[in-house]
Amino acid sequence: MKTLRIYATQNLGLLIAIAIFLVLYLIYATQLSRFGMNVVLQNANEVVPLALVSMAQTVPVLLGGLDLSVGPLMTMINCIASEFLAGDIWSVLFGCVLCLVIGSACGLLNGCIVVYGRIQPIIATLATGAIFIGVALFVRPTPGGKVDGDLSWALTNDINELGYTYGWWEDLGWFGLIPLPAVFLVLVVLLVWIPFRRSATGRGCYAIGSAEGAAYMSGIAINRSKLAAFTLAGFFAACAGLYLTLLTGSGNADAQQAGSYTLNSIAAVVIGGTSLFGGTGGCIGAIFGAMVIRAISFIFRVIDENSIFGFLASPLLQSLVEGAILLLAVSLGAARVFRVRNRLTLFT
Amino acid sequence: MAYLQMRGIAKTYGGVRALTDVDFACERGSIHAVLGENGAGKSTLIKIIAGVVQPDAGTMTLDGREVQFSSPLEANAAGIVCIFQELSLMPDLSVADNICITDPPRTRLGLIDSRAQRRRAEELLARVGCEDIDPRERVRNLPLSRRQMVEIAKALGRNPTLLILDEATSALTSSDVTKVYEILHQLRNEGLSLLYISHRMHEIKELADTCSVFRNGRHIETFPKDAHTDHEVVQLMIGREMSHVYPPKPKWDTPPQPVLEVRNLSWPPVLNDISLTVGRGEIVGLGGLDGQGQRELLLALFGVLRGVQGEVLIDGRKTAIGSPARAKSKRIGMALIPEDRKTEGLMLPMSIGANISMAAMPMLTRGLVIDRSREAQRITEMIQQLQIKIGGVGDPVATLSGGNQQKVVIAKWLMTGARIVLLNDPTRGIDVGTKQEIYQLLRRLADQGTAILFYTTDYDELIGSCDRVLILYDGKIVRELVGDQITETNIVASSLNLSDQIERAAAEARA
Repeated sequence: MKTLRIYATQNLGLLIAIAIFLVLYLIYATQLSRFGMNVVLQNANEVVPLALVSMAQTVPVLLGGLDLSVGPLMTMINCIASEFLAGDIWSVLFGCVLCLVIGSACGLLNGCIVVYGRIQPIIATLATGAIFIGVALFVRPTPGGKVDGDLSWALTNDINELGYTYGWWEDLGWFGLIPLPAVFLVLVVLLVWIPFRRSATGRGCYAIGSAEGAAYMSGIAINRSKLAAFTLAGFFAACAGLYLTLLTGSGNADAQQAGSYTLNSIAAVVIGGTSLFGGTGGCIGAIFGAMVIRAISFIFRVIDENSIFGFLASPLLQSLVEGAILLLAVSLGAARVFRVRNRLTLFT
Repeated sequence: MAYLQMRGIAKTYGGVRALTDVDFACERGSIHAVLGENGAGKSTLIKIIAGVVQPDAGTMTLDGREVQFSSPLEANAAGIVCIFQELSLMPDLSVADNICITDPPRTRLGLIDSRAQRRRAEELLARVGCEDIDPRERVRNLPLSRRQMVEIAKALGRNPTLLILDEATSALTSSDVTKVYEILHQLRNEGLSLLYISHRMHEIKELADTCSVFRNGRHIETFPKDAHTDHEVVQLMIGREMSHVYPPKPKWDTPPQPVLEVRNLSWPPVLNDISLTVGRGEIVGLGGLDGQGQRELLLALFGVLRGVQGEVLIDGRKTAIGSPARAKSKRIGMALIPEDRKTEGLMLPMSIGANISMAAMPMLTRGLVIDRSREAQRITEMIQQLQIKIGGVGDPVATLSGGNQQKVVIAKWLMTGARIVLLNDPTRGIDVGTKQEIYQLLRRLADQGTAILFYTTDYDELIGSCDRVLILYDGKIVRELVGDQITETNIVASSLNLSDQIERAAAEARA
């Protein structure tokens, strides 16, 4: 019981994000006449790129910085991947690995600028973000690409469809209906994020965000943790770029889209309970934050124009309402302010 | 051959000599106290030993081998562990995470084994007698005294051979202090070297085997504990004859006219039904064990706490104080010298001048702009009045020593012309010379008619400087001591809420 209490108080932001998501998604599901696993799959496909970018954003935020280059880096990887995800299994595999390596290297570059150049993350990544968009435009001046169609179809569907496309297996029952994007996301969390969080380097990132001076005095390898954090951010952004490529089957150096991914990722991170001052939170929260953001836009598709909320259905109002809901969601996490009896604790 | 041997160590910070040609040695199996005023070079000395800063000249040998540390990590690997005055805990991590941060136990996969880590944290906490701390709790949620015990547990977990304690007991409760003494004696008997820095003479008397005095960046003398009297030690530290430590107290024939009156103030569960008055020109002390609600009482008066019940009267008129901004207004004229000058007292990166004029800003503003020349003039006055030692008014306040930083905080509030001054342990971690200046200053302010409410953890200060002392226990005022009643026995007894029993025992002894 005490364990539960401690868990709840230390992960309040995450729990709030999950609750908001469930409420929003329930509204969506009940409003939709033909709700089924195919809808879930479609939703999952829309969530995963933002979820991965938000994971990328989480790591620098834990250090107490912001990474403005996650969206541009994702776009750059999208353009590069659109050149490589074709041919036989080996060349596709090579393309994937290449993209992940490039993404991680770009993250490492950010890290080096922050650590050795002693430049604040927000301005360092503003600059590198512009560079990444530049590279993306150079690689792919016009949208397009030669992504293998089967591959794109198979990897963005459910488990059954993957078997059908390549003739590996037949109907697997309910198990086969699990969307692959969800599987990818879980794999990235289990194989990359959880081990990182439980490594000494990952612990170091939390320590730096919490109190950098104390972390230094505790003999933590500060530079290594920071470099690792930015590299990991690059890796997650590359994952997002790869998935976006599979989803769209093409590359597009869209600077505006890159910017909106970056800003949405910051929102997702905050909704997920990660403090912008660093030190608390995590990628799981960011994933649910991304789900909340997407769920808001799902709801807009199903509002009945004749209902009392019909006036909201106007696409002209969508941005306004989205912003209001975002503000509300973030405020719920800040509601603890009302319970604070010693005002000094607000500032520490 | 001594375990740690330093020869000819020198260090300058941008033209300021912090250490000059220091020879220093520290033996195994002994507790070695380092004494000196702030700015005497003690911090620099231990920072060099701990690898935080590197000396400009000189050599250091450890166990006969010459060593050079470029980071705390290297010093740590050599067995040197430091418990700093500024806590080195990460508030957002759990207690167990903090204790094991340098070398967490790993699973076969190389990941942190959280269960083993928790067990280790529990063992270490038990060793320092803090079984009540849950290792899963975040450090942020622990009170200062508990954090300091976590800090000590963390240091022990790193298996030191040379343990440095820099003001490590300044925030501890007295029961914890006893435990820490036991542990330190035990460690000494195990053959560790312990370097101990403290401004509390009685702690040094109780703990140290050897003492070294530093002054102005030089090593003045090292001597066995009982070789000098307290008075001689203080003279060595300040390098001049000491006048009376505490200024004389005035005689009160009639009670002074009350300025601040508190009636039935409560802030459950910390403060219970507190009533007190502070008169014009009076210094009223708040005593008791640490953490009995003294800090919260001051914060409640200053309008920081929400949900405070009861009445506060200023000059006999009922007044609601909802925020520090309201508390400092002309009508109320209250000032609070906070406990933690680094976070609540100063804007560290801002200039000394800007810090001093920060609270008095409304008085220095003409229309919408700050009257710069008047501001500069008032700042100079305050610096002279408090004898703050500074390079230039424009330097960041972070460059000053602890004692001078505290003077800046006091100057900031004196500039507002406050009539009611609340002080929260203002002499914690500052040197003897500055302490004396603060006692003189408080009495001078009182003589000019200021009402002063003074919380301190040092019983000597209560005895030496207060006209009346209120002892808090469990959020209640359990005893009021006036005049000759203010003795160490009375303070200690009532702090433990034992006064009735002791008086009864005394009465029985008489009968």
